[in-house]
Amino acid sequence: MSAHVSRRKLLTTGLTAAAGVTGLGAAAKIANHFGLIPPDWGGIWGPGETLTYATQRLLMASGSLAREFNRSEISKVVPVSGPQPKTDPYQRLLAGGFADWRLTVDGLVARPSTFSLAEIKRMPAKTQITHQACEEGWSFIAEWTGVPLAYVMNLVGVSEKAKFAVFWPFDGSWDSLDLPDAFHAQTFLAYNLNGADLPADHGAPLRVRVARQLGYKSVKFLSRITVTDSLKHVGDGKGSIQPAFGYSWYAGI
Amino acid sequence: MATTTYLEAGTIRDTSRPETLRFSLLVRVTHWLNTISFVALVISGFGILLAHPRFYWGETGGLGTPSILDLPLPFMLGGPSGWGRYMHFQAAWLCVLTGLLYAISGLMSQHFRRNLWPAKGQLSWNSLRGEIWDRLRFKKPAAEEAYGYSVLQRLSYLAVVFFLFPLMIWTGMAMSPAITSVFPFFVRSSGGYETARTLHFFAANLLVLFVLVHVAMVCLAGFVQRTRAMITGRVSGGRVQP
Repeated sequence: MSAHVSRRKLLTTGLTAAAGVTGLGAAAKIANHFGLIPPDWGGIWGPGETLTYATQRLLMASGSLAREFNRSEISKVVPVSGPQPKTDPYQRLLAGGFADWRLTVDGLVARPSTFSLAEIKRMPAKTQITHQACEEGWSFIAEWTGVPLAYVMNLVGVSEKAKFAVFWPFDGSWDSLDLPDAFHAQTFLAYNLNGADLPADHGAPLRVRVARQLGYKSVKFLSRITVTDSLKHVGDGKGSIQPAFGYSWYAGI
Repeated sequence: MATTTYLEAGTIRDTSRPETLRFSLLVRVTHWLNTISFVALVISGFGILLAHPRFYWGETGGLGTPSILDLPLPFMLGGPSGWGRYMHFQAAWLCVLTGLLYAISGLMSQHFRRNLWPAKGQLSWNSLRGEIWDRLRFKKPAAEEAYGYSVLQRLSYLAVVFFLFPLMIWTGMAMSPAITSVFPFFVRSSGGYETARTLHFFAANLLVLFVLVHVAMVCLAGFVQRTRAMITGRVSGGRVQP
């Protein structure tokens, strides 16, 4: 009798565990389908990171807008974080006033293209005054002008399979955004800071501006954008160079 | 779920009972989960602080702008703030979820009203003065206090549960550009991003101070006995004299 009970108990426990694992697997698959799993979901910090990312993605599903400010609130000091690359080809392009610089957009797009700075400046421009906080804790408010990334993405025709936009700058780093952030109304490619051409140390000639994430996601010195459906085979597969240094891919905080 | 019979402080009469259930299972489990998450939050919070141990008031601030507090700590870049942030949010999830469980069950079971809201007479000037004086002289708490909460305990626990923890969550939310894009009132009501960061830091200090005093009081009252009570839920009544 007791053997029977314990066998039944074992069976129930086994089935429950199997159902649990299957359920968890199915939940993960569904979550991944809806873009709720960050590329750095593994490791000991994965559970917290995934919970944060999934929760914020669901909360922000309507394309919520970051706060915008008045001109009078613009900060007098715009600190530099990560100065300009001291090497070629960046220094050569900088010396030439970025006349030879081109932005390449490739990957899962219908029309892979390159754009000169003049061509980008002719695109419909947008200006916004937003707050940017560094992961370190300091922050500033600045006015940025540029072209919405969504405009460029639509120009090259992003595939329906696409899930991420990967950014390749001249400083040897790389990062990526999911498409909800890439197509967000306040995400753009900025070439102007506080009414003047973007200074080299602030990311000239073109930098990404992501209003709903920490500063390090606003990649500077942009050279190339690659649209992809998976980050698995880009770099070490964690969506950005940042996790290698201990920083999370998603920085909505 | 184990139901708890809490005894009003000062009404202890039957001390001949060998054992009394002092803490419900839920209070004990959430207490220890909260201990783990709080330690992790303090360690990781300190790691994040080291990236920029300087505080400002208002929306913005940084090197080259006036600060309201410069801590005598080194600026450590590219290190502890990275893993610190991963750890901080993982621990924050644990802390907030167990905190919610504790707060909701505490409200529903009337734990707060019956056991933490100051009992009749406890708020009188004489009672408060006596209590504060006893604590200041490090007087060992009376044995019957193992069965209920003293008035200073009640007031400080209520402040921690209903003021400091909500303030930490509120100012934490205020520092998230993603959250404030959906709920801008978190940062507006905090008085700006940098003010929220500063308040977060000061509230964290008060919580650490609370924990230090809490642990000191546990030691004073009898570390082994009180810790055992928070693990098993029971106070061994053998040594209690009527």
